[in-house]
Amino acid sequence: MSLVQYSAPSTLAEALQALAGGAANRPLAGGTDLLVQVKLGLRDPQHIVDLKRIPELTALTLDDNGLRLGAAVPGAIVTTNREIARIYPGFTEALGLIGSSQVQGRCSAGGNLCNASPAADCVPALIVNRATCHIAGLGGERTVAAEDFTTGPGTHCLEDGEILVSLELPRPAPRTADAYLRMIPRTEMDIAIVGAGVALTLDESGVCTDARVAIGAVAPTALLVPGAAAALIGTTLDEDSLRNAGYAASGAAVPITDKRGTADYRRKVVGVLVRRAAAIARSRIEQPT
Amino acid sequence: MMQVRKIHVSTTVNGEPREFLCEPGQVLSDALRNNLEMTGTKEGCTTGDCGACSVLLDDALVCSCLVLAAEAEGRRVATIEGVAQDGRLHPIQQQLLEHAGLQCGICTPGVVVAAKALLEENPDPSEEEVRFWLAGNLCRCTGYDKIILAVLAAASEIRGA
Amino acid sequence: MNDSVKTDFKYVGTRPVRPDGPDKVTGRAKYGADLNLPGMLHAHYVRSPYAHAVIKSIDFSEALKLPGVIATMTGEDLPEPGDKLMQGAEIEMKLSDMAPVVMARGRAMFHGHPVAAVAATSASLAAEAAALVRVEYEVLPHVIDMHAALEDDAPLLHADLITTGLDPAPTVPSNLSVDLALEMGDVDLGFADADVVVERTYSVPMCHQGYIEPHAAIASADETGRVEIWCCTQGPFMVRNFTSQLTGIEPGKIKVTASEIGGGFGGKTTVYIEPVAAVLALKSGRPVKVVLSREEVFRATGPVSCSETRVRIGAKKDGTLTAIDIDIVMDSGCYSSSSIMPATMFGAACYRCENQRSRGREVLTNKPRVWAYRAPGAPQSIMAVECAVNELAEELGIDPVDFRLHNAVEEGDIPVFGLPFQAIGYKKALQAAKEHPHYQAPLGPGQGRGLASAFWINSGQQSSATINIALDGAINVLTGNPDIGGSRASMALLAAEVFGVPVETVHPTVADTDSVGYCDGTGGSRTTLATGGAVIQAAEKLVLELRHRAAAIWGVDLDEVEWVDGKAVARTTGDLENLMDAGAAVQLENREMSLVELAETSGATGGPLSAVASLHAHNSAPAFAINICDAAVDRETGKVDITRFTCIQDAGKAVHPAYVEGQMQGGAVQGIGWALNEEYLYDENGVLENPGFLDYRMPVASDLPMIDTVIIEEPNPLHPYGIRGVGEVPICPPMPAVATAVNRAAGTALYDLPLSPPKLLAAIDRAVE
Repeated sequence: MSLVQYSAPSTLAEALQALAGGAANRPLAGGTDLLVQVKLGLRDPQHIVDLKRIPELTALTLDDNGLRLGAAVPGAIVTTNREIARIYPGFTEALGLIGSSQVQGRCSAGGNLCNASPAADCVPALIVNRATCHIAGLGGERTVAAEDFTTGPGTHCLEDGEILVSLELPRPAPRTADAYLRMIPRTEMDIAIVGAGVALTLDESGVCTDARVAIGAVAPTALLVPGAAAALIGTTLDEDSLRNAGYAASGAAVPITDKRGTADYRRKVVGVLVRRAAAIARSRIEQPT
Repeated sequence: MMQVRKIHVSTTVNGEPREFLCEPGQVLSDALRNNLEMTGTKEGCTTGDCGACSVLLDDALVCSCLVLAAEAEGRRVATIEGVAQDGRLHPIQQQLLEHAGLQCGICTPGVVVAAKALLEENPDPSEEEVRFWLAGNLCRCTGYDKIILAVLAAASEIRGA
Repeated sequence: MNDSVKTDFKYVGTRPVRPDGPDKVTGRAKYGADLNLPGMLHAHYVRSPYAHAVIKSIDFSEALKLPGVIATMTGEDLPEPGDKLMQGAEIEMKLSDMAPVVMARGRAMFHGHPVAAVAATSASLAAEAAALVRVEYEVLPHVIDMHAALEDDAPLLHADLITTGLDPAPTVPSNLSVDLALEMGDVDLGFADADVVVERTYSVPMCHQGYIEPHAAIASADETGRVEIWCCTQGPFMVRNFTSQLTGIEPGKIKVTASEIGGGFGGKTTVYIEPVAAVLALKSGRPVKVVLSREEVFRATGPVSCSETRVRIGAKKDGTLTAIDIDIVMDSGCYSSSSIMPATMFGAACYRCENQRSRGREVLTNKPRVWAYRAPGAPQSIMAVECAVNELAEELGIDPVDFRLHNAVEEGDIPVFGLPFQAIGYKKALQAAKEHPHYQAPLGPGQGRGLASAFWINSGQQSSATINIALDGAINVLTGNPDIGGSRASMALLAAEVFGVPVETVHPTVADTDSVGYCDGTGGSRTTLATGGAVIQAAEKLVLELRHRAAAIWGVDLDEVEWVDGKAVARTTGDLENLMDAGAAVQLENREMSLVELAETSGATGGPLSAVASLHAHNSAPAFAINICDAAVDRETGKVDITRFTCIQDAGKAVHPAYVEGQMQGGAVQGIGWALNEEYLYDENGVLENPGFLDYRMPVASDLPMIDTVIIEEPNPLHPYGIRGVGEVPICPPMPAVATAVNRAAGTALYDLPLSPPKLLAAIDRAVE
């Protein structure tokens, strides 16, 4: 290990300065991916810059505009917030599915994005919630849609020295709900073989007026699937429509076979999960808790 | 080889001020065990998958193998060594003994720390809630049955007390 | 039953808190990696990046340039093993199959094979130095799949390997290390007699014991060459013996202290790191600590044979078995050692069937050498036989328990391995299964139920115990068996029973190899039976001594002093005429001395109260276990949920029933994991793809229901307290119970474990088509 420096700046400006030297400088949020990768020899940073003492990275605000979530806010802070769980149940579930209770004390939605795993649970849920990513760099700030953040397995749109500061989830329209499901062989502690996020808006008569469907672990990045959403919009979410959304998701998937599952399996099950997640989102609108 | 400067860390462990020097890449479980000689915190994987190294960091349950030791600066760490107080076992510890909830015992400190965090948040968990909360605490000996019973019994004991 | 078997107990059968409990729930207990010594060095391995390669040269020069790198080691630092046999191994093993597991010599046989080690002043420095060691390899073709290894053109692992077990022996070398066969009756005639025959092939994947504590050891040496080793092991005497044979250090110069042990399940009944620590300590003159990472544990320790078993079973319409034919192939990794013998012998040991044939083949591949896991070898063949029996019973329309009761072995039956059964609890266990509420309960929609039974032989071996009684009557019991699952509690209960004193006054210690007589390891389901047997004998010697002391104090004959409930009591004969006078008789009648009183005065009555017992236990007796499993299958995703699980097992006598239940539950869950998701996955380069708990998917708490247990007690007629072993058989029945339940729930016939969701969903889709 060539790690020779650790710093924990207390302002964003200091952090950007510390990270400016190139890829050997790595930002640290919860560390539940980075420290494992260092341990397994997959990454070899020289300088780790801990972002958890920077207010913007650890702030959480929920108001009429929606949720603004610092990129390093740990999962446990989000998932134990009942108001967030009520408004964004699918996103909350997705974040809560990452790792163990112990990992929840550290992992973050921002970190999940930046790790850029195709199987990241948060990402489909962020995408269906139309989340935007606020990025800061020495050259200024910018925003990117969640679906455009990740560019491939392990890669994302951040330039060297840039920091993902926060995520913003707009307040959902009335009669809107989301859901996220994943397939893992055990009940916990696994990486998703398949993930599916759905957000739906229904009118008063139960007709779907808006939908977003995103799928995970079936392509190099999480995919927004407009075709699956189109299969739902304008319907009453009858069984056929749900199935059609599933078929559209299976059709959009470009999975690989690896140690966690086969491409055939992923393609098939992603359709099942989209169908089931859509049914859950619908029931959340019809029977709000 | 680049010369590695050690980092001086001032922290609080189980309510007591502690200081140590660590390497930048050293994780908290290693520092607790080898710098502070608190070996109750166990290391089963060092990748956050087994939970044997569970501690609280500023009241958050974490795997101390996934925390850099340097991150403990100015923060509060609570370990297994601080669970029994005044020569008395915590109800979770006592119920694990009564229920034979340990065989080899290597996972036990992590189970105790994690279960205590659960009961402080949720004093009346269901069996399912205990099982999901402890999903990150691998035990290869018991099949979990007696651990779950012990935690439920401890919850009941604490509520009754 | 033998009258000499005790059946009325005061302490045995109760559930006290284990003596080492407080230390283990508070973190005070010291495990393998918990010791540091002043001046200690840390060792780090250099491991082969290839699955098969000639090691052409090893160059430490760059590594040694780092300040603080003190010592290095290669396979050349171990003596040439020659063709000697390992002493003190449970199975016959060649030293030449053992030495290169510790460190490669000339050739790396698998990816992750230790090739060299360096010792430095810190763990991070040792790792850095290891990365600077330059090893020149000549890469050789490798073979990972055991079927491929049997092909004529397969890369040969050992140019001189001639298959054993065949007559005449083959003349050309191959990767087939063992080919053995057992037969009784006339199998062909048996099948001709059958009304129904089931024939099928069953596969079990390579898995790992999965103990949570990685191997850890510290060795230190003094100026006379005496070596002390602290390590987590199931057998400190095994470590002494094996380390001695592998390093050439005389056994008398090695002292081994077993730390607390964080799981083993058979995986810590051999050495990996201890000889390396010892050699580096001798070379450096400093204590050397070796702690494996989890990744190293998965890549280079323990794994468990994968297997493929072809089974044919025939029965008459009434369910009477007519013939059983088993053909099992097991992968031993890169050296011979697997459990092919028990796999071949015990697959159908539950069944009375006069026509049986069993063939077992052991194959070598470029994977780590396999080692024991609970009942080594048996789960793989029992998986096949039990699933086939379930299918046969179903075809005949006979309840699976009734089918087994009809064919169950009992006292006097002779199995294919030739050892006649004495009193066994198999039929009682079957009856208990049939009457269990679980077996009677209706299944939910989409669920299936599977039942399986299993036999395991259990072992006895050698044990010693020392008991010292302190002046206050406290009883200190020393044995050499690490406490892996509550054995201190068992030793305390057995001593308490003999002395008739509360179990809290007994203090068991796991002693080092200098401080107690020889003990074989904690394994083979033997500790309570054999080491417990030594404790009983040592305690009985002391009770006799205590009676002598009391008799001397009272001036009476020994046989006039009884030992009752922890006290010496003068026998009330009522035969007053023979005594000098009536007054003395009355006085004698009321006389008693407690163990405490006798201990307090021991200095004046003959000196310290101390006894040693050593034995070679030939009184082990087999264990039988039955599992009932309910499983639900999500037919759209192939995901399995175990919804109910019950274990029934004959313990002979359950000394501490809670820890017997714990063995049953723990073994059941290991078997569930093996059936559903655990497996070694290799890529085309022979590299293990899942060397961590993330992707080597052992069951987690939320995967499981409560595991119900029923203990049957059919006393072992050969043991004074009726004890059988309990630790190994629990892993034998879960795989077939789970596989049967899952296949019934899914409507499939998938017998290629693990039943992971992608495989199961594909099988469901095939079944629908």
